[in-house]
Amino acid sequence: MSHLRVELRQRAEELIALYPRPRSAMLPLLHLAQEQDGYLSDEGIAEVAELTGTTPADVRGTASFYDMFHLEPVGTYVVGVCTNIACLLAGGQELLEHATRSLGCAVGSTSDDGLFTLEETECLADCNIAPCVQVNHRYVRTTTPETFDALVGELRDGRRDHDIPKHGTLIRVRRSGGLRASKGEITGQRAVAKAARDERAAGEKS
Amino acid sequence: MAMLDSPKIVTARAGFDDSFTMARYLATGGYDGLRKALTMFPEAVAKEVDDASLLGRGGAGFPAGRKWSMLRKSPVSYLVVNGDESEPATFKDHYLVERDPHQLLEGVIIAAYALQVSQAFIFLRGEFALGLERVQQAINDTYDDGALGSKIFGSDFSLDIVLHPGAGAYICGEETALIEALEGKRGFPRIKPPFFPAVTGLYGEPTVVNNVETMANVPWIILHGGAAFAALGGGRSTGTRMFALAGRVKNPGIYEIEMVKNTFRDLIYDPALGGGIIGDKKIKAIIPGGVSAPWFGPDLLDLPMGQDEVAEKGSMLGSGSVVVMDETSCVVRATWRITKFFSKESCGQCTPCREGSGWVERAMYRLEHGGGRMEDLDLLLDLCDNIAPGLTWPPQQTTICVLGSSIPSSVHSAISMFRDEFAAHVAHGGCPFD
Repeated sequence: MSHLRVELRQRAEELIALYPRPRSAMLPLLHLAQEQDGYLSDEGIAEVAELTGTTPADVRGTASFYDMFHLEPVGTYVVGVCTNIACLLAGGQELLEHATRSLGCAVGSTSDDGLFTLEETECLADCNIAPCVQVNHRYVRTTTPETFDALVGELRDGRRDHDIPKHGTLIRVRRSGGLRASKGEITGQRAVAKAARDERAAGEKS
Repeated sequence: MAMLDSPKIVTARAGFDDSFTMARYLATGGYDGLRKALTMFPEAVAKEVDDASLLGRGGAGFPAGRKWSMLRKSPVSYLVVNGDESEPATFKDHYLVERDPHQLLEGVIIAAYALQVSQAFIFLRGEFALGLERVQQAINDTYDDGALGSKIFGSDFSLDIVLHPGAGAYICGEETALIEALEGKRGFPRIKPPFFPAVTGLYGEPTVVNNVETMANVPWIILHGGAAFAALGGGRSTGTRMFALAGRVKNPGIYEIEMVKNTFRDLIYDPALGGGIIGDKKIKAIIPGGVSAPWFGPDLLDLPMGQDEVAEKGSMLGSGSVVVMDETSCVVRATWRITKFFSKESCGQCTPCREGSGWVERAMYRLEHGGGRMEDLDLLLDLCDNIAPGLTWPPQQTTICVLGSSIPSSVHSAISMFRDEFAAHVAHGGCPFD
């Protein structure tokens, strides 16, 4: 019995087919498991292990290396405030401290109502609109305490559901099909290229 | 005066709200470079890029054409695009993948043709949710258009591109760590030399790893010729480059300007570019190429922005990020935050980096927050000297990858340039800027 929903399980199998080796699909599959559960549950990890031909310990060990994977439940909205160099110079630390008060949770923890998890992030590569804030990895571009609080209000009221999916959903655009370059064609194109090379080399010699 | 009359090679569609769509791309010459490339021999395509002398735009600045020529001949080889942009204050690839994903794809398809590779992977930073969606949509549309997949535009060339999301790890911007992550493992950099990815890369097969901006330059180079690209810029630094300007400037943003023809002062002060410093304050220091780069003082503002020009002065253009600190900025705080970043992002394989980064961060923390001593400055320099012996530029490496040897850059710069400010922190028992 699959832990992943039918649709996610199907997407997982499609992803694995894109890679020369199943294990390569590890990170995309972990994103899918997180899309279903909001974090990496034991069941989700076990299924990724089965799909990639590894063990749950191996999957957990890999996942724990990466900041975006959560091994414990997190809020519906994971709010990241950057305090790295460009944001630091623009008041990122102060905005992070404001966020703890506004969301009612310390950095690295989740609010009592389960709505928000607050994270201090490293550079998110949006340094011209600093300090940078992401919610579930969507740039929200609220650089002041006032605009930050307005955003929090919108999230509480469900007014951002259209552009900020619940935590875990990363890529909402599904790949339209599998691999198309058949093995025969690849061998063929190499032969054509080699023939062209040989022909030209012969031309240069004569 | 800034020289701003060069063509926009990679940001040409900046003015269009729908710059990321297939319709806009096709309406502005999209995939013409690919159509032209497919009429050429693969070697001739590679030669144009070699003639362009296109330096890699990821950070190390290695010539892309030479990287391609080093690919070991093998029945199977791969092209991998490095879109794991995470060097602090660098945001050019973020811009490109969100705003012009087709330009990236066209560059990848042309490069794959030149290399005769039939599968390419685009490794994109996981935090770029919108960028991932835009690139996936672009891949779908490109398959539909016949510019990707089986027998591209009716030629004998076939290619698949797979989008691979990262999951939050700075180290995966290092190309061998990226390959490990693409193989589904922890992002531990591999030991090299002797075996660079061009010889032993993904699954042990020959692999070319190129940055997003590098790939985005390729369609223009094929359409206009390598010589036209090489005619821009100066010396080894040809073409234009995207500079990500951030920090205490009035107009932070992405500016594509001709290499070498402009100075740091032009970028920071020209009204069409950075527009000067917030509140017209004085510059204290700039970081010329990402936080791994040693800093420059205001005395070097007139230095031309070229790879060799910056290297001669003991730093690097690196990832194309320029951070400006002014007289209101606390350099101790800035240095502490940079060392905290390296401490967190060290993968932990090598002792000098794993232990050194944490030790440096703790000393910087107490200097900034109270409890620091003047002896800490000698301690910091000694620690840095153990991570990168001699504190030279380019640094000596004691670690598998260059993350370790990047740690001393900011610490060494800050202590050399602003010893008084450290002394003020010690005397004040914390940060005098608070």
